[in-house]
Amino acid sequence: MADEVKMPVEGSHIMMFARSLLDDNPIYSDADYAAKSETGSIIAPPTFGRAVSQFDPDYHLRPKSGEKWFGSGKNPTGLDGPAPSTGGLHAEQHYEYHRHLKPGDQLTMTSKPGKTWEKQSKRAGLLKFTETVFEFHDQDGELVLTMRGVGVKTEKPVEQD
Amino acid sequence: MALNMSDLKPGDEHSEVVVDNLSRTQLVMYSGASGDYNPLHTDDVYTKEVAGYPGVFAHGMLTMGLTGKMLTNYVGDGRLTKFGVRFTNQVWPGDTLTSTATVTEVRVEDGQALVDLDVKTTNQDGTTVVSGYATAKVDS
Repeated sequence: MADEVKMPVEGSHIMMFARSLLDDNPIYSDADYAAKSETGSIIAPPTFGRAVSQFDPDYHLRPKSGEKWFGSGKNPTGLDGPAPSTGGLHAEQHYEYHRHLKPGDQLTMTSKPGKTWEKQSKRAGLLKFTETVFEFHDQDGELVLTMRGVGVKTEKPVEQD
Repeated sequence: MALNMSDLKPGDEHSEVVVDNLSRTQLVMYSGASGDYNPLHTDDVYTKEVAGYPGVFAHGMLTMGLTGKMLTNYVGDGRLTKFGVRFTNQVWPGDTLTSTATVTEVRVEDGQALVDLDVKTTNQDGTTVVSGYATAKVDS
């Protein structure tokens, strides 16, 4: 993720995000219902902040024009040479809501590295954990959301029981 | 409907099935909405032949989002102040997930009534796939 990303919050994006969770709550799509509710407007679901990756021009988990993609096409991976590693898995995710996001917000996300640590695991070998802290400020410069993610690189794919 | 602190006590539980027979199509929907197009979640050929897993599996964030659906149904819209999880096991197509919130404490901080919750999501075999915590504003 880039260190700074501008994220406009839009109603149609919130609706699609809620649909992907099969969440029928009208607070995510019905402006009339939302206007009469306690929040006063459509708001974003609690985990919406992670969708900031949509707005990062360099996000590594999105195919881009003119670049080889590591997923399958003609072959199991689109990359030449040795197969890419399994990459990272997601270990932890934390949100602190200072206020809830709503359509019309123009957010600026800044990220900075957090802690790193290692742990030995029976099912996946040596685990290397990396924490990243993401802060979202709104159009008025107010901190609205703090998000903390922990990724883990495994030595080998996680064994299944 | 928001919760009222007078109706809450430690040990109270709220539980919901948040997905029944998880479909690969839902993994595609979540990829598109979230922007996480990691082929581990949509591309069985890559995931089996390159990454070495039995097949595609759910984004951790999809499982967290489904867990969040249970939380907002329980505490009400715009009421959460904190929500965090650890991803403890992978979630696979066909899984049925149940999310549970358990009240650990009801308290007042700076004049605001709050409920602290233990949060977990389990699959059809009773294996925990997500465990964590949340805090929400409640009425007093």
